[in-house]
Amino acid sequence: MTEVGQAPETLLEVKHLRTSFPTADGTVHAVDNVSFDVHRGEALALVGESGCGKSVTAMSIMRLVATPGRITGGEIRFKGKNLADIPEREMRNVRGNDIAMVFQEPMTSLNPVFKIGAQVAEAIRIHRKVSKKEAWKQAGEMLELVSIPDPVKRLDDYPHQLSGGMRQRVMIAMALSCDPELLIADEPTTALDVTIQAQIMELLASLQQRLGLAILLITHDLGVVAEFCERVIVMYTGRVVEEATVDDLFANPAHPYTRGLLASLPSVTKAEGAKRLPTIKGMVPSISNLPQGCKFNPRCPDVMEICLGNEPALMTVGAGHAARCYLHGDQPDPERM
Amino acid sequence: MTALLTVNELTKYFPVKRGVLARVVAQVKAVDGITFDVARGETLGLVGESGSGKTTVGRCILRLIEPTSGTITFNGTSVRELDSGDMRRMRRDMQIVFQDPYASLNPRMTVGSIVAEPLIIHGVSNGTEREQRVAQLLEKVGLQPEYRKRYPHEFSGGQRQRIGVARALATNPKFLVLDEPVSALDVSVQAQVVNLLQDLQDELGLTYLFIAHDLSVVEHISTRVAVMYLGKVMELAPRAALYANPLHPYTKALLSAVPIPDPKVKKSRIILKGDIPTPLNPPTGCVFHTRCPIAQFPICKDVVPPLIEHQPGQLAACHFAGEAVPGEGKRSEGVDSRALSRTTTRD
Repeated sequence: MTEVGQAPETLLEVKHLRTSFPTADGTVHAVDNVSFDVHRGEALALVGESGCGKSVTAMSIMRLVATPGRITGGEIRFKGKNLADIPEREMRNVRGNDIAMVFQEPMTSLNPVFKIGAQVAEAIRIHRKVSKKEAWKQAGEMLELVSIPDPVKRLDDYPHQLSGGMRQRVMIAMALSCDPELLIADEPTTALDVTIQAQIMELLASLQQRLGLAILLITHDLGVVAEFCERVIVMYTGRVVEEATVDDLFANPAHPYTRGLLASLPSVTKAEGAKRLPTIKGMVPSISNLPQGCKFNPRCPDVMEICLGNEPALMTVGAGHAARCYLHGDQPDPERM
Repeated sequence: MTALLTVNELTKYFPVKRGVLARVVAQVKAVDGITFDVARGETLGLVGESGSGKTTVGRCILRLIEPTSGTITFNGTSVRELDSGDMRRMRRDMQIVFQDPYASLNPRMTVGSIVAEPLIIHGVSNGTEREQRVAQLLEKVGLQPEYRKRYPHEFSGGQRQRIGVARALATNPKFLVLDEPVSALDVSVQAQVVNLLQDLQDELGLTYLFIAHDLSVVEHISTRVAVMYLGKVMELAPRAALYANPLHPYTKALLSAVPIPDPKVKKSRIILKGDIPTPLNPPTGCVFHTRCPIAQFPICKDVVPPLIEHQPGQLAACHFAGEAVPGEGKRSEGVDSRALSRTTTRD
């Protein structure tokens, strides 16, 4: 959180980002007018259900959107430089050195036919002018950083010899090998068991502290968000629908979608006897066929006349808290225009 | 309550074969001597991490895979002694809903024929009667009867899971194995399917074996919960007792690892070291001793702890059941399960 009088340093600034995919039904915008900042050293969560555009947002920042998808609007400013229009060669230097990424599937993100050491060393040698031997040594140090037992021995292992949790540690080691300032973690624990998830999240939290790393955590798990992040962006149908500190979001969710999501979680903290789970009616609309006005209006319990007309902007709810909803007036938040 | 299903000392070993002669060189002990029963009308939650053998248990009960040993008694009949014809007739009463709603429906069949297939196989109904039954089943799971002419790809994950449930209900079963029925679904859809399953249970008097790795869903839906680890039951207890006062250190660690969607709750967490060992070569004695924070040697390494009753209805397989685990939060008296391993001392 920001102390009064000391603005946090903005590391990454995403402004009006739009990423589009041509389809048989015309062009669809998987990410539409998405804006947010990532501050130096913070853990920011990007949450939403499948298809909400959270992963496409991450891929857009890395400029790794699979063709025919492409960024069709907006800016991605990393320390002032607009990544959306630098040449690919320059972008390659940004990846790894400045921004690195960890993917969901540790099983498929590693090459099965190369040793762990070779893969980590390759990442190091692409970005640093070091000898093979030196890179191998550094790879061992990286594995030690992510608390892999017997790191030097593990360098000679192939991916199939490691468990899912260990593979995810290798992925993190690889991502951090060139000292990035921002780590994008796309569902890093979704494929892992809960006791292993706890280990990995603990590791990420300690690395964030020790290295002063900013982390953009993409997840659908609100439990992980509550325990790990300081701020959170909620996405729905390619849009940001709410932005808040984690404490505000859970104490005082402002968008009916966020409220519905939080209510529908079965959890140990729910009152005994509340047998039926509250649900959000209907389902997420297809992004090629979105409703008029607010995109949540067909499912919203608080829908009003105005919601069917123009799509709401992000309205101010409180300090650092905004929601794309007419329940909070019709004056757009000036900071999020 | 009487037991509808009794499982006694069930084991399933998968042989590992090598070489030209396909000699058996090892056994994967997927399920290693587990015993439990499911009472009529209750939901028994079966939780465990991947590789714990929970899915294998579900499939062994329906004999979709043949158990290695043990007895399974369903409604007074010994399931393992039935020949294949009798077994097929028995499956009219016991059905299964699979985890992956994308893989468990034939993409080339219409929804109507998917739901009608069990009716045809079991010769339950014919002609217009069958069509009416299909329409009625689709309505029961919250789908429009007109959908029967459509194909699975036209439906979302939640809707497909409803189709899977309709198919399982076609023969009017008494008992359903629900194998991770909501794991592949988004939270808002997950809540809809969980509610549907509970409504159907109330309406039709169904008995469920609910297999899952998500502890909060299991807590919501179960009457009793069994916790599995490496093919064995570690703890078996009524829902409230298991979540409020777990006795086995593995249950404690598992519960403390679940992230709680409430930033005000600060948990003290028991982080288990290492990974689940391979069931190809499980540890001796207590299978959990390699990761257990309170293991004592040599007893935990040498002696398999029996699953015995420590509290009324609460069974645990641990030499030191109920003993405090380092990292476990203080629990104040008389507070609900929320207080488990957590303290609310933030700010």
